[in-house]
Amino acid sequence: MTWFDLLLGLTLCLTAVLALSSRELFRAIVMFIVFGLLMALVWVRLEAPDIALAEAAIGAGLTGVLLLDTLGYLRRRFAVVSEEKGERP
Amino acid sequence: MSRKLLAALLSLTVTLALSLALIDRPLPTEDLPARVGQAMQSSGVAHPVTAVLLNFRSYDTLLEVGVLLIAVVVALALREAQPDGPDRMGLDNPLLRAITAWLMPLMLMVSGYLLWAGSTRPGGAFQAGAVLAACGVLLRLCGTGLSWLEQPWRLRAGLALGPLVFLAAGTATMLAGASFLAYPEPLAGSLILFIELNLMVSIALALISLFRLAPPQSDSPHFADRRRSRRE
Amino acid sequence: MSSALFYAWVGVVLCGLGLFGFILHRHLMRRLLAFNIMGSGSFMILVGLAQDGRGADPVPQALVLTGIVVAVASTALALVILRRWYRVSGESRLPEDV
Repeated sequence: MTWFDLLLGLTLCLTAVLALSSRELFRAIVMFIVFGLLMALVWVRLEAPDIALAEAAIGAGLTGVLLLDTLGYLRRRFAVVSEEKGERP
Repeated sequence: MSRKLLAALLSLTVTLALSLALIDRPLPTEDLPARVGQAMQSSGVAHPVTAVLLNFRSYDTLLEVGVLLIAVVVALALREAQPDGPDRMGLDNPLLRAITAWLMPLMLMVSGYLLWAGSTRPGGAFQAGAVLAACGVLLRLCGTGLSWLEQPWRLRAGLALGPLVFLAAGTATMLAGASFLAYPEPLAGSLILFIELNLMVSIALALISLFRLAPPQSDSPHFADRRRSRRE
Repeated sequence: MSSALFYAWVGVVLCGLGLFGFILHRHLMRRLLAFNIMGSGSFMILVGLAQDGRGADPVPQALVLTGIVVAVASTALALVILRRWYRVSGESRLPEDV
């Protein structure tokens, strides 16, 4: 175990805490993407380059896009729903 | 408050149980890397992870592609009845289009390389499929769309291609007298590459269609209105 | 302590954190994030424990590789269902949690 491992492990836990505790959902998702990239580094340290490749492409890339897209959808829908509710009375 | 306490208690209990399991871990009874190393000669590929994924434990991989297919089928069932409208994410930006035109061939090449590299070094159908899916998602985000997939039967044929080829290979080995998915040694390498090629197409299409099938369409006029009102 | 075992311990911490967040949060997207973090933790335990003091082991690595692809498929499916639910109800949490 080297200092790099220790630092990486601590940073990983820190980003996980931030992803779970951020008040703003956008920040939580960005932290989750950072978490995925750090996971790719962890897999390299664990001598698993295959998983590192998959994690970098899937865990950080595709999942991030999916989550951000859904967040945009929720916000847009929220605006629409509140407009409709505001007009009704 | 009580919910927070309960959550803390439960997660602490699970963490403690996992820690105990880690402290009191049993010694490995089987030397798996050595066994994989012994069997590598007959696997047809030179990279151990690919050999495990597509030869020694190919049954797992087959079932995993089945899981992907089931996820897409559920998403298809939840789809809106209305036809796919114009892409709401059509950011008509010339710069974006130019960059995409530059990146797309590179990404396709990387995906092909990953598939080819899988037999000798890190890489394989999953990574190649993920990069290919990223291509599709990028195209959709740029508003280019994938007109090729508009016809449902093409999408479905592409989705079924990987599992079908996999199953056909397994059944063929069974008919030839060996057990299910036990490839003959001289053919194993090319057979694995062929299965991986079809798997890559299916995995990429599954991920793209999971992204496409999320119901966004009928909000587009609202969105356009809001954007316009903000600009004015 | 080998670095593989250290990462298994980090995985234990991540599992605990993820479970805590999963129970605590009511917003379904935050729950999904917590669930994914928990999954990453269990993958790390799986690989780290198997490779403790023995070097790279392709069998758990292949298992985790399939696991990651299944995890992204389930996340994408959960997001599709979440959007559908939000469209029907206008809520981003489940009725028993509101």
